[in-house]
Amino acid sequence: MNDSSSSVLLGLFGHFLILSMLAVGGAITTVPDMHRYIVAEHHWLTDAQFTASIAIAQAAPGPNVLFVAVLGWNVAGILGALATMTGILIPSTALSLWATRWGTQRRDTRGVRAFTAGLTPLTLGLLLSTGWVLAEPYLRDPSHRWGALALIVFTVGVMLRTRFSPIWLVAIGMLAGGLGWV
Amino acid sequence: MSAPSTLTDPLDVLAVPSSKRELFIAFTSLSLQGFGGVLPVAQRVLVEQRRWLTREQFVEMLAVSQVLPGPNVVNLALMFGDRCFGLRGAFAALAGMLLAPMIIVLALTALYGHYADNAVVTGALRGMGAVAAGLILSTGLKLLSTLKRNAMGLPLCLGFGAATILATAWLRLPLVWVILGLGSVAIAVAWARLRR
Repeated sequence: MNDSSSSVLLGLFGHFLILSMLAVGGAITTVPDMHRYIVAEHHWLTDAQFTASIAIAQAAPGPNVLFVAVLGWNVAGILGALATMTGILIPSTALSLWATRWGTQRRDTRGVRAFTAGLTPLTLGLLLSTGWVLAEPYLRDPSHRWGALALIVFTVGVMLRTRFSPIWLVAIGMLAGGLGWV
Repeated sequence: MSAPSTLTDPLDVLAVPSSKRELFIAFTSLSLQGFGGVLPVAQRVLVEQRRWLTREQFVEMLAVSQVLPGPNVVNLALMFGDRCFGLRGAFAALAGMLLAPMIIVLALTALYGHYADNAVVTGALRGMGAVAAGLILSTGLKLLSTLKRNAMGLPLCLGFGAATILATAWLRLPLVWVILGLGSVAIAVAWARLRR
């Protein structure tokens, strides 16, 4: 890390504070914007490092949001992890607690229903966009393109057609990759 | 539709967490069982094993947590903890869900630094990364069916969804502008459609 580290930490914290309020549908939907900020704009991580960060978090138990801690750690160590995690959690936590108490009574009103109905298609679009951003680096690399594509198609097929736990797919991915098939 | 007051109905809730400590331990254990997503485990533990929530209450909480920004399961933990023991309960559940898994994932990340050049390790992570991409794609695809019941109607929904993909994956526009721009148009459209 060549930048002055306090400005990196502040930048991370500030950016993740904003993303927290935008993460309707989960933190994972903000991945394309994290990629834009960390990789494309600031070059703090490479494409491969970015995708590996998310893969490590997926491989570990716990909520998906922990990939945010891994990204922070890879940019700026333990302080980076604290900066990104507190950034992504503080605004949404405060809003959640406030809004649950306020909104439980009002969930059938037109305003709340319009909010939900309007944002649902965006949420789903963001999920698909996230999948694409994660898959693209593998698909662009000629030596890994077909193996990765096969694994992605296999994963989607199994998830849509069976009730197997995702943990088995993660294990298959680890095995196939470790054996050099991907 | 059950009102929030049914939470205290003894027929609906078969058990309640006895302490903030129990809440913390329960959320730590369910979080540690969740590979590739905690939501399915949360449903199993909170509804089927601990019987702290009925299925209807769980679905209701999930719906609200999905409308709010922030990680869904984290919001769900906050809401449940808040209902049981107020603010302290909310933080007990949140800490349970995040603390132990965060230590594990950062330890794995630190270890990965030592093995970053190992072909087997990078290969394994590449395989897991491709699966992760597939898991997220399939979640998005699965949930597309919920758009059929959307107040805006399917064609408009698909249009907004496609525009979102275009804006974020292809044009790489900052998310804040996509949500504020496209999002407010979509909410306005939904608002107008709900009048009828």
